Amino acid sequence: MHKAYETVIGLEVHVELATKTKIFCGCSTEFGGAPNTHTCPVCTGMPGSLPVLNKDVVNKAIAVGLATNCTITQNCKFDRKNYFYPDNPQNYQISQLYYPICRDGKVEIEVNGEKKWIGIHEIHMEEDAGKLVHDACTDGSLVDYNRSGVPLIEIVSEPDMRSAEEVMAYLDKLRTTIQYLGASDCKLNEGSMRADVNLSVREIGAMEYGTRTEMKNLNSFKAIARAIENERERQIALLESGQEVVQETRRWDDTKEYSYAMRSKEDAQDYRYFPDPDLVPIIISDEWLEDIRAKQPEFREEKKARYQKDFGLPEYDADILTGTKKLADIFEETIALDANPKKVSNWLMVETMRLLKENEMEPEDIRFSAKNLAKLIQLTDSQAINSTVAKEVFEKIFAEDIDPDKYVEEKGLKTVNDEGALRATVEQVIAENPQSVEDYRNGKEKAIGFLVGQTMKAMKGKANPGMVNQILKELL
Amino acid sequence: MQITDETIDYVGILAKLELSDEEKEQAKKDMSSMLEYVGKLNELDTEGVEPMSHTFSVHNVFREDVVTNGDDRENMLKNAPEQKDGAYKVPKTFN
Amino acid sequence: MDLSLTAVELGKKIKNKEISVVEAVTAYLDSMDAKEKDINAFITIDREGALKRAEKVQKLIDEGTLTGPLAGVPVAIKDNMCVDGMLTTCSSKILGNFKPTYTATAVEKLEAAGAIIVGKTNMDEFAMGSTTETSYYGATKNPWDLSRVPGGSSGGSAAAVSAEEVPYALGSDTGGSIRQPAGFCGVTGIKPTYGRVSRYGLIAYGSSLDQIGPLAKDVTDCATVLEVICGKDDKDSTSVEELGADFTSALVDDVKGMKIGIPKDYFGEGLDPEVKEAVMTAAKTLEAKGAILEEFDLSLVEYAIPAYYIIASAEASSNLERFDGVKYGYRTEQFRDLHNMYKKTRSEGFGAEVKRRIMLGSFVLSSGYYDAYYMKALRTKAMIKKAFDRAFEKYDVILGPVAPTTALKLGESLNDPIKMYLGDIYTVSVNLAGIPGISLPCGYDSKGLPIGLQLLGKHFDEKSIIRAAFSFEQTRPYKRPEYAVERGQKHA
Repeated sequence: MHKAYETVIGLEVHVELATKTKIFCGCSTEFGGAPNTHTCPVCTGMPGSLPVLNKDVVNKAIAVGLATNCTITQNCKFDRKNYFYPDNPQNYQISQLYYPICRDGKVEIEVNGEKKWIGIHEIHMEEDAGKLVHDACTDGSLVDYNRSGVPLIEIVSEPDMRSAEEVMAYLDKLRTTIQYLGASDCKLNEGSMRADVNLSVREIGAMEYGTRTEMKNLNSFKAIARAIENERERQIALLESGQEVVQETRRWDDTKEYSYAMRSKEDAQDYRYFPDPDLVPIIISDEWLEDIRAKQPEFREEKKARYQKDFGLPEYDADILTGTKKLADIFEETIALDANPKKVSNWLMVETMRLLKENEMEPEDIRFSAKNLAKLIQLTDSQAINSTVAKEVFEKIFAEDIDPDKYVEEKGLKTVNDEGALRATVEQVIAENPQSVEDYRNGKEKAIGFLVGQTMKAMKGKANPGMVNQILKELL
Repeated sequence: MQITDETIDYVGILAKLELSDEEKEQAKKDMSSMLEYVGKLNELDTEGVEPMSHTFSVHNVFREDVVTNGDDRENMLKNAPEQKDGAYKVPKTFN
Repeated sequence: MDLSLTAVELGKKIKNKEISVVEAVTAYLDSMDAKEKDINAFITIDREGALKRAEKVQKLIDEGTLTGPLAGVPVAIKDNMCVDGMLTTCSSKILGNFKPTYTATAVEKLEAAGAIIVGKTNMDEFAMGSTTETSYYGATKNPWDLSRVPGGSSGGSAAAVSAEEVPYALGSDTGGSIRQPAGFCGVTGIKPTYGRVSRYGLIAYGSSLDQIGPLAKDVTDCATVLEVICGKDDKDSTSVEELGADFTSALVDDVKGMKIGIPKDYFGEGLDPEVKEAVMTAAKTLEAKGAILEEFDLSLVEYAIPAYYIIASAEASSNLERFDGVKYGYRTEQFRDLHNMYKKTRSEGFGAEVKRRIMLGSFVLSSGYYDAYYMKALRTKAMIKKAFDRAFEKYDVILGPVAPTTALKLGESLNDPIKMYLGDIYTVSVNLAGIPGISLPCGYDSKGLPIGLQLLGKHFDEKSIIRAAFSFEQTRPYKRPEYAVERGQKHA
């Protein structure tokens, strides 16, 4: 019989900062690119090269720290973390151990209507490693340093989470906050946001934490949820069978849905941190902090409240619209073009969400412009197109960001309001569907729907549906 | 301080050095005597002294976030012991 | 051509068209050809490149583009400074085939001033040593006595200048590596204030201690070269722009009223009596010229070497991690897997002294020992810096010996590392404190070997030590080693 266990979870979240250049050299951080085409002596660890800190990395790290209620370390330093691996060109990573830039923060999450604070132990700045690709034909590995030196912040939480749901809520909170700041796009699938999960279990009521493991290689929210469930079960099974949990780093294999220990006798896990003598201290003045504080954007909670108050949107809608910065941005940009907020919200909430889901896209992947959405709303407001056509046009806007005015004109999609033309078509439909006409005359009200449909079809969807209805009734 | 075989092996893992038995014996001797020698610092009362990394007060040296480097791959790979498809080639790192 | 000319003298003759650049470069290249089998000061000699560049520089001088004092003057670069396209080995097997695709800032500045690089000089492997015997490419010999070491780690640069294979050279100084070989070879060298010269392109040993500086026949040359290579560099966060970089303006024969402190702790046990006498005589000479001498207790001298070896080894253990057979340099031929490749590459590629310091450095940073060793050493460093600060409240310059002895016999100190380390007793604290120091000849022992005088100044006050050194130098004309005199005549 299982005892009752509680899961204790802390997260180490790595976020790639959206700077133009790497943290210590003037190489581009652009994604993709042929191997090693964004490299220089500094980020390939050439002898004699020296790091020089990108100021924007510090600005962005401070902004994230302030947004997560951290204390900013006004005299902070970089340290070297020493370990050998080919993706780490110097065989030490420049990171922060002794004086991380942010400490003692917290963020509020909400799960099933209950609010809870999750503590942030620290946030530190560091450089990313290069990429290793397996070379099947020679059974070796190939090293690409394009990502080497891309700036990261590592956000280390306190062990304050107790379930996968809380972990999801915490990650979502971090993601929206950081996206709102413009500090990162936070895409788990592209690796610009990565989470390592520290997990232990203990009997409910126990005062001490159990021994924890660290789970790596979690590339999606789903993988994180699955790994948490799996690791919880694994640890409980160990304890139930009288064994002990070993403190270790494990690697999650999401296709096989299991994890394995990353143990090696060549890996002593003794990083010999010491202050990097090639870099000088960063002293953050009160003025500098104030400057960043003054530039902080409106965050999700404030935005959500404002949408409800100013635009009369339901809470549910305001929540979804502010769920990602991208949606909120499009919403606000479209409104700025004099579109009705409720109509804009409808397009985003219904059609946009449907298309995102169908195409397996995230809101961040939206490519259409506010300008074309505003034009589309204008076309429907003026009844220049009917709602069926509007949906068809929106799909085009969503896919290719076409100009709806031009598109409607070129494809001749304008609603036909010419009574003569409509009447002629209706007469023809009546003549071709004697059965339906008879049904209607025998009291089958529904039959008129079929006749409207046939008329619309004959007019390629462009007929004014109100007028078609009216003419049909009249002629029947 | 007496240096054991285990310590030498451990430091060898950290420093990625493989010593022959003979070298190991020498290393044990050398390290013991060096540590004994530098242990002289223990005579010194450093209570309350801030550790000093830099001897002068330079701080806040930054770069602006502007791309200054272009594609220099050919130069970066010029000294590579082994390369393939524009990448450095190493023994496999995947299991 | 007269190889005994100083760099500045040669520069003048080139400017006045008395000597062409090609002539000067050829003369020194020939001098190397004649002496290298004895001295072994060079790892690389770039005859072709130097001659090609000589023609180019001559044109730039002729058309008035290059007007500086070093235009057209040949120079040798210590082999731990990167020069684009030129072999840069750090005297190690592990970099035996490494040709950087970039150039150290200090070297770039010299090139912009019209210097002609004729070669790369031998050194202790990765600058770890005081004799230039730990070089993978064989020891360099002292031109004053070929059975003796030239000192180190910039022994190749010092010997090359002394043997007149080159008028001046760049060296680097982490714990005395410019000043001590300058002393052993009877030439002049400056270790500038930490941050004065960019370290970009200098292959790091102890990053918080390393500084590039000149070695030359006299103080004037050193001041002139330093003026060219100094300054803030955007590529080195620890380099600074400071006032007082007009070093040649301090070439003044006047020490009247200059307060010179003589640390009693530098004249105690272990100091060779002949060295002591020569250094004290030098002090008296300056006193006779109007300087005010005062003895004082610097304190903490015996703690400098332990603190230095902890800090330098710790930093080195990390700095040298990048030599792993992945991106450049030597890679072992046969290996089982990645970690075996790392271990074999490094074990075969590094020499004994380098391994010794990497092991020590890795140990003192390892879990459980960091505070006891590394942090303790950083606290000691702070105390040593403070002791110097206190001294410089009273004195303009501190005067003492460079090393406890004159040049040792080849092989004499190699078997006892601690004995070798003790030779650095008067030099390492200068690097810990980050202050400038100059070393210049002040006499000869009974074996005829040069004795070095060391003058130390406060942060960014190289001018005071240049002034004191220049004033002293006026009382003692430069003396050439017999070897250079004889060989110079043969090939004249």
